[in-house]
Amino acid sequence: MALAVALLLPRLSALRYQRADRWGTDFLTQPLLRISGLTKAYPGVIANADISFELAPGEVHALLGENGAGKSTLVKMIYGLVAPDSGTMEMKGAPYRPAEPRAARAAGVGMVFQHFSLFDAMSVAENVALGMENPPSIARLEARIRDVSETYGLPLDPRRIVGDLSAGERQRVEIIRCLLQDPQLLIMDEPTSVLTPQEVDVLFATLRKLVAQGVTILYISHKLEEIRQLCDRATILRDGRKVATCQPRKNTARDMAEMMVGRSFATPARHTSETGDSILEINNLSRPPVGAFGTRLQAISLTVRRGEILGIGGVAGNGQDEFLAALSGEYRTLPETIVLDGVPIGHLGPSERRKRGLLSAPEERLGHAAAPDMSLTENALLTAAAREALLEKGFVRHERARHFTRKIMDAFDVRAPGPQTLARALSGGNLQKFVIGREVLQAPKVFVVNQPTWGVDAAAAAAIRQALLDMTRDGAAVLVISQDLDELIEISDSFGALTAGHLSDIRPTAALSIDEIGLMLGGAHKLDTAHA
Amino acid sequence: MVTLERRAEPSTLWLYGTPALAVLLTMVAGGLLFTALGENPLEAIATIFWEPLFGEFAFFYRPQLLVKAGPLILIALGLSLGFRAGLWNIGAEGQYIVGALCGAAVALAFYPLEAVYIFPLMVLAGAVGGWAWAMIPAVLKVRFGTNEILVSLMLVYVAEQLLAKMALGALRNPDGAGFPGSRNLQQYPSAHNAELIAGTGMHWGVLTAFLAVIAAYILLERHVLGFQIKLAGQSPRAARFSGVDPRVLTLTCLGLSGAAAGLAGLFEVSGPAGQVSIDFNVGYGFTAIIVAFLGRLHPVGILLAGLLMALTYIGGEIAELNLGLPAAAIQVFQGMLLFFLLAVDVLTRYRLRLGRQRTA
Repeated sequence: MALAVALLLPRLSALRYQRADRWGTDFLTQPLLRISGLTKAYPGVIANADISFELAPGEVHALLGENGAGKSTLVKMIYGLVAPDSGTMEMKGAPYRPAEPRAARAAGVGMVFQHFSLFDAMSVAENVALGMENPPSIARLEARIRDVSETYGLPLDPRRIVGDLSAGERQRVEIIRCLLQDPQLLIMDEPTSVLTPQEVDVLFATLRKLVAQGVTILYISHKLEEIRQLCDRATILRDGRKVATCQPRKNTARDMAEMMVGRSFATPARHTSETGDSILEINNLSRPPVGAFGTRLQAISLTVRRGEILGIGGVAGNGQDEFLAALSGEYRTLPETIVLDGVPIGHLGPSERRKRGLLSAPEERLGHAAAPDMSLTENALLTAAAREALLEKGFVRHERARHFTRKIMDAFDVRAPGPQTLARALSGGNLQKFVIGREVLQAPKVFVVNQPTWGVDAAAAAAIRQALLDMTRDGAAVLVISQDLDELIEISDSFGALTAGHLSDIRPTAALSIDEIGLMLGGAHKLDTAHA
Repeated sequence: MVTLERRAEPSTLWLYGTPALAVLLTMVAGGLLFTALGENPLEAIATIFWEPLFGEFAFFYRPQLLVKAGPLILIALGLSLGFRAGLWNIGAEGQYIVGALCGAAVALAFYPLEAVYIFPLMVLAGAVGGWAWAMIPAVLKVRFGTNEILVSLMLVYVAEQLLAKMALGALRNPDGAGFPGSRNLQQYPSAHNAELIAGTGMHWGVLTAFLAVIAAYILLERHVLGFQIKLAGQSPRAARFSGVDPRVLTLTCLGLSGAAAGLAGLFEVSGPAGQVSIDFNVGYGFTAIIVAFLGRLHPVGILLAGLLMALTYIGGEIAELNLGLPAAAIQVFQGMLLFFLLAVDVLTRYRLRLGRQRTA
């Protein structure tokens, strides 16, 4: 009985929202796509449970939810990549059940993925031709690409080599590839995560033109302000179920975030902390590229002060990993290149740097920041052995290590059965809280973190940002590397952009406009905006 | 339709259950093999597994069990450290030979002096010899990035040539009427690795192997080096982030496994074998690789696997003698053990599912 009530409650609230929006879309007679009762289960997890909603012609419909809420599975079913276990879809009233993406494209569904599938060594036109069933001659295709790019305000030269394009330009290749097939429904998965603010403006202008022509857009994102700007309606998923449908323009970003998470949470509060004297100096840090796709670090110099949060913005893959490795000690330099509290430490390895108070947390949680098949206790030992005195003459003090692990779990709300749980068994957000907590509780002098809230739900992200802010109150300095600009604007005192291994000038964040940040991020690439 | 489905966490039951299942499957497949050879399968299996322990001549075979298991366990323990860290020393046979040569050379240098310090010096020389032979692939790997698998394996053949050269040259018995082979160390009391308790097969090497089981257990479960070894094997990037220097770890692990193999060689040459001869090595270094994996790279597992492997060796010999089974059939039988272990290993990480995939 109690179970039935628990199952019904979210549906009741969903019904309320549905009724509200039905008034708004009543004038539309037939939906473009009607989804009823879609269910998909994977071993041990129900990715989608009984999801139903409709897409009206010419609307921008947002699909909202935390990581793991089931957004990807849902759009994969619509695009024919995954077959549903049960439930039906109707396209303009006719049954729609694509067996493969080709069938979905034939039915007028196009999709732009978060990760591009382009060949670096080929031209734009050649890449587009590769994705087509019956490509025309390259000359005719180039003409069509120019035509489409002018019509929709997506500047792109079809003859350029993809390897030379910026992330935003690469995305345009993918979008144009879809547009050439005249889609009726365009699915976009996190399209703005790799774009500068200016590039986002270009993209939104294009999407609005498409909508004006009657194309429906299913827009996946977790950037709520963007959704409020762009989308007519939003379907919110949580734990594989639809929990609400709402009109983003009538809701605050906070309301939507709470619907996604299913509870309320506090916004990080800033302290007015005075920044003190310099604690970390990086002098002329250069590093040759690692492997074929590595980035060369080009003479990076900066100073971080006690109590300061320095934000380093930029799209991942622009030298962020290489930069963090040079600070963590995985990559060593000349001693004077990195100076901590007046002492040159560039030549020291990770353990020595930790002893001196320079701690770090890499972006990749499983396999880099944590060992997947080891317990949380062992993972605590991974970085905290020296500072938390977890060793005695080389022997592990298990009881102490377990105690420290429990402390992390309590302080950072890490949900796991216990310290003996394997890191692999934790959800991404919980593991991230563990990794951040492990370093924060060691009271570093300087903490370097790459993508602190990547893939973490809104409530956990707020908690992590709060922890970073709290550290500065005690005089610690924090260096945050992130591609989430909103995050950097929210917590950082000063801001620099890392593009193609080159660091821009560092400037106070409060004095920067979003346009100026965009220009800093555009740094290495020539910025082109829409003129069409 | 049979499908494999990944488990959320490796199954503890199957982690320990698979070796037993592998032994069972080996018995079944081995029985079929022996049937095909025209033997009574039950009798052949019983000869291999029962006869050495409880048969008529068990009083003779039981000590042999320890004599054979000792070197296997000692070498396998050393190898397991490297294997856990993702370092593949498969040249233990060579390190075993060089350890034996160094130890024997020390003994022969002192001959015929009788002193208590000779045997400890031999033990030291054996360990250092094996360690030095393992340092060749280790240093080449650290310095030039060579593949330790190839280098250590090829050095086995170099060591075998060295053994032949020594048996015929520098270490040959001057009173041996020109026959190849060194003096018999069993007849040199200060250098003889004799049975500690007569009739048990228990010599210093077996005792060392048992002590090594305990030491390896403590190292892996309690010491930070054991933690670093496991970490480097499971996620090398996390190990580097943690501060583990891969070069130091390579030198340490290969060095330890080389020293263990060298010790095993020394105890063998000064005890059961007695002398440096051309055919001194009988493949303990290679069989130990099977023992290490059969024992799940866990010290206690290796102890049990070493005893089991020794049992099939002795039982196999009895089967050859009593039933006239060809030696090749026994080798196939032993090989099947590792084959089935690797095959059923999949059950620890995956579960079998019969029929169409159902929804959760």
